Amino acid sequence: MQHDEVIWQVIRHKHCSYMAKIETGIFCRNPYNVTGICNRSSCPLANSRYATIREHESVFYLYMKTIERAHMPKNLWERVKLPRNYEKALETIDKHLLYWPKLLQHKIKQRLTKMTQMRIRMRKLALKTREKIMTTPRRDMKRESRREEKAIKAAVLDKAIETELLERLKKGIYGDIYNYPELEWNKVLDEEKQAAEGVEEEEEEEPEIEYVEGYEELEEEEDMEDFSGFPSNGSGFDDDDEHDSDGEEEDDDVEEQVVIHKKGKRDSRKADDVGKSKKKKKRVVVEVEQEDGDVRQTLKTAR
Amino acid sequence: MGFKRKKGDGEGEEMESEVRGRPSFNTAERRNVILPSMIKNKDKRAKVYAKQKHEKKVEKQKKIKARDAAEKQALELGEEPPQKMVPKTIENTREADETVCRPDDEELFADIDADEFNPVLRREVTPKVLITTCRFNSTRGPAFISELQSVIPNSDYRKRGTYDLKKIVEYAKKKDYTSLIVVHTNRREPDALLIIGLPNGPTAHFKLSNLVLRKDIKNHGNPTSHEPELVLNNFTTRLGNRVGRFFQSLFPQEPNFRGRRVVTFHNQRDFIFFRHHRYIFDVKEDKQSGAKGKDAVAKQRVKPRLQECGPSFTLKLVTLQHGTFDTKGGEFEWVHKPEMDTSRRRFFL
Repeated sequence: MQHDEVIWQVIRHKHCSYMAKIETGIFCRNPYNVTGICNRSSCPLANSRYATIREHESVFYLYMKTIERAHMPKNLWERVKLPRNYEKALETIDKHLLYWPKLLQHKIKQRLTKMTQMRIRMRKLALKTREKIMTTPRRDMKRESRREEKAIKAAVLDKAIETELLERLKKGIYGDIYNYPELEWNKVLDEEKQAAEGVEEEEEEEPEIEYVEGYEELEEEEDMEDFSGFPSNGSGFDDDDEHDSDGEEEDDDVEEQVVIHKKGKRDSRKADDVGKSKKKKKRVVVEVEQEDGDVRQTLKTAR
Repeated sequence: MGFKRKKGDGEGEEMESEVRGRPSFNTAERRNVILPSMIKNKDKRAKVYAKQKHEKKVEKQKKIKARDAAEKQALELGEEPPQKMVPKTIENTREADETVCRPDDEELFADIDADEFNPVLRREVTPKVLITTCRFNSTRGPAFISELQSVIPNSDYRKRGTYDLKKIVEYAKKKDYTSLIVVHTNRREPDALLIIGLPNGPTAHFKLSNLVLRKDIKNHGNPTSHEPELVLNNFTTRLGNRVGRFFQSLFPQEPNFRGRRVVTFHNQRDFIFFRHHRYIFDVKEDKQSGAKGKDAVAKQRVKPRLQECGPSFTLKLVTLQHGTFDTKGGEFEWVHKPEMDTSRRRFFL
């Protein structure tokens, strides 16, 4: 015989395996529960006439149980598929739960509303892209950081960059921006001396004169077509020869010069044109470009 | 009896080792050597160990001295000094990779010509970069992005909103951008960089680490707006070459040498180090003493000096995908798998 009251007394006061007590309240984990709360009127075990809505693959079904089938647990729950349309579903519920207690009908309709809202939201979300979090084992993360440290030490970065810049200077990619041709040739000379006999000094001094003449013109050139990604030998010098015919003009060279400080190193440098200010501010130094001789003189005096 | 037998064994082994040319250690000797770990008395053990270490050190110093003396002698006599021993480094002993670019490779040049970066690198198109972030951007993200904007000329920043990446790619294509950079933040730190070439360029996903912002660098410089020079070091393999060209395509191809700005991507053991410097060439006096003999004259050499400005960080390639961003349907050229990390001498870039 089905005594709901007895069942409820036993379940509630002794033990119910579906009951979940949390700080905010007492909940029922039974999948057939309408409201989800552990209540005398919401317990599917303690009510012989009960109904719920459950969903399967976003299709809603109305489940009903009556006391006539209480002795047949296999056929206890009767399932009715609810139409997709919300209003039609409401009508179906009304039809099936016609003479049932008002409370149950109300709770079921509330549940239906909630579930439709959830269904709409889930379908919207599925259309959007969400970020998926991938985890790497801690072992791998640590290994990466260790290898990175060692790689930093192996790649002596400053040195590598400096050598690369020096090579570019030697190859002549910077054209005439830096007036160090003599020193460069000196260095090359010494290296050649060490290797074999270098009797090429005189030949190398001649090109210098050409460079200094063409100085002003080179600045105005905007296109350095030959400087592609893989630097080839700067053939901008060809343009120099053309501009030589313009002769020497007195141009004002406006250069922005930035004084660079290295950490804690020496402050006293060779007296260059630049070397006046040790501040980090940019200074505009106006150079008046005259003839060959003057420029070369200033260089010599600067040493 | 046992003692006699042991002796016999010892001799037998000694003969064997001599026949096979093995080093002198035979059983008799092995018995006389006591490992420090076998001594139970801590005091005594420490002493024995210290003595062993000292002996080893003395031996090593002797070797070094002998080597130096031999070298000096050879130089004085005018002969060739004995060959200097080259230490084995990871770079020396790197596993041979068949995809390393050779300078005479026809296929490589053909590939480069048919590349996605070709229009930019041939100066037909000026690079235009769009920078954006992931959906949640916090703490160091915005600072990093403003610094990136100062590094890469001709770059714009747009807030992310909640747009899909694919939609952003379409938007960028419409507005004629050549690349899209997405800075991804994880745990309030920029974590990954997604660089997408447009219109149909490859997508590279990098892991970002070790970010140092400009304000955290001591004695940092301030970058100007001149177009920077690019230095790409150590991109040897085909994959490395492709990645190198990818970085190149972010920057305009007409560097302003007067600006003396250099941006470096240095690849070491598959880690790409990004640095941003201002440089200047210094004339330094170099007094050479004695060894070369004749030159007592003060030599002058030109040395470049660097001042770091701008952010510095490390990148590691995670995936390289052909075409714009499409994780599900895209064709991946290269994906990092954990099994690739098993060999310590194998690198892919």
